[in-house]
Amino acid sequence: MTDTEMTDTEQVTETSEPVIEARGLHFRAGASHILRGIDLIVEQGEVVALLGANGSGKSTLVRSLVGINTPSEGTVRLLGEPLRAGRRGATVDWGRIGYVPQRAGAGGGIPSTAQEVVASGLLHGRRLRLPRGWRDQVEAALEQVGLADRVHDPVHLLSGGQQQRVLIARALVREPDLLVLDEPVAGVDVASQEAFATTMRRLVDGGLTVLVVLHELGELAPLVSRAVVLRHGKVVHDGAPPPARHDHDRAGHQHQHPHTGDNGNRVLLDTAESRALDLEVRP
Amino acid sequence: MIMLMLMLTDPFMQRALLAALLVGVTAPVVGTYLVQRKLSLLGDGIGHVALTGVALGWLVGAGMGLTPNDALAVPGAVVAAVVGSVLIEVVRRRGRTSGDLALAIMFYGGIAGGVLLIGIAGGSSGNLMQYLFGSISTVSDADLWLTVVLSVVVLAIGVGLRHALFSVSHDEEFAIASGLPVWALNVVVAVVSALTVTVAMRVVGLLLVSALMIVPVAIAQQVTHAFGRTMLTACVVGVVVCLSGLTITYWYNVSPGATIVVLAIAVYAVVSLLAPLLTRRRPAYDPHPDLPDDVDLPADAAERAVAAAKECR
Repeated sequence: MTDTEMTDTEQVTETSEPVIEARGLHFRAGASHILRGIDLIVEQGEVVALLGANGSGKSTLVRSLVGINTPSEGTVRLLGEPLRAGRRGATVDWGRIGYVPQRAGAGGGIPSTAQEVVASGLLHGRRLRLPRGWRDQVEAALEQVGLADRVHDPVHLLSGGQQQRVLIARALVREPDLLVLDEPVAGVDVASQEAFATTMRRLVDGGLTVLVVLHELGELAPLVSRAVVLRHGKVVHDGAPPPARHDHDRAGHQHQHPHTGDNGNRVLLDTAESRALDLEVRP
Repeated sequence: MIMLMLMLTDPFMQRALLAALLVGVTAPVVGTYLVQRKLSLLGDGIGHVALTGVALGWLVGAGMGLTPNDALAVPGAVVAAVVGSVLIEVVRRRGRTSGDLALAIMFYGGIAGGVLLIGIAGGSSGNLMQYLFGSISTVSDADLWLTVVLSVVVLAIGVGLRHALFSVSHDEEFAIASGLPVWALNVVVAVVSALTVTVAMRVVGLLLVSALMIVPVAIAQQVTHAFGRTMLTACVVGVVVCLSGLTITYWYNVSPGATIVVLAIAVYAVVSLLAPLLTRRRPAYDPHPDLPDDVDLPADAAERAVAAAKECR
């Protein structure tokens, strides 16, 4: 056995634990049973796309995986460490995990600059103060998403797509090993989607593990190694990325659903309604 | 000039000025977080609960036969304010009652409890007046020391933990997904707000406490576009307004608390009229990114697009 083989085996034993491991996950909000027994494993280096219609539970699932939602049943392990309610995941290495929410929250009542928002990504776990050289780190992260010249701009004056990129920079600034993204390209033009895919390609080549919620694979398709499809709160497909539906496959077609069904209360049953929504453009 | 020297050598006035200075700095620091979290009225809610604390302190003091019988009023206010502010966080966290409703209940409960308890203690609601509207001229050395200590605590936390508190106030869900101790940080903001309320109580009174936390932030917001700079500007405004308001009352016999607050609101009015003139600068670059469209434009439309890009340059 040669030296290189030795190190390889060692690495395999070190990293054999899944990056994300969810077992028997249930989530109930009041009377609605949103996640109904989900098992999900994401191994190191994978790029997993989480697909499904509006209201199928995609967002609820990723929010449960990063600790925002506390599951009613089941367990989540992140980087091998359990995520617990109460003293929530005191052992999880949060500095290795980056989360990008669906869109900029309402934000606070006070305007903040891109620098301030991205800098908050440097705080995690028990680290409550910014490290030395944080300004350079923030600038580098904004550079990665093509907003280096907007460091001191107030975020609320940026366009929707730029705000989304600020949130991606906030997750990237801590140089994570796992990136969890909730619809990062919803309502983003094709050129920006391409730029985003290029950035992701570079990061994935560098060993980043990705779990990304998508409506359709789009520009990210070549990167995605596995797709998990949710339907009615259950995993109905876990494997090769499924091809897009024919009527959704037109050139230039873009999903821009107004996404108000996060809590799962609003289920689109009527296809005519969802078709109509396909044409609606988010501001 | 001689009048100014006279004012600065007056020991009563020295104490009052120091108290006003401290309040002018601390109140806007905490207020910035409250505005960020859209809980602008939390200070007022805590102020009302502190009133019950004042009365409770009075009751206990009277029971123990202490003289003066309001010796425990300020400590009582501190305790009640801290308990009340943590209670609001608990209610917010459990999510059954909205923060708005919880605040309203706190307002009513605080006032009613204060009036009820002061009656039982053998006082009248008139005794509560100096706490409702402030009595900076009667600030004692002990009061001043308490103010200094509480201000140092508030500033150490509010400034030292500003990045973590910003993260939690700006996007609570992201903070949770970063593993930050969000609940603990929320309680810290609540407790620090409570301490600030009791610090400011003697200067502007419980009814107007919130104004000193919020109005300077509202003024700063008109001229800044960054969180850190808003906080800094608000502190400068707070100090200037507190000191000048107090100076006015040295010569005119008017309520210091009311003068300070009216002055702050006047500054707000002037700044909001002038701010659009001051901040109207031409941006150095085109605000629209020059990106290709997702559709193929007809030739004439493409020409117009080029022309439009030129106009913005």
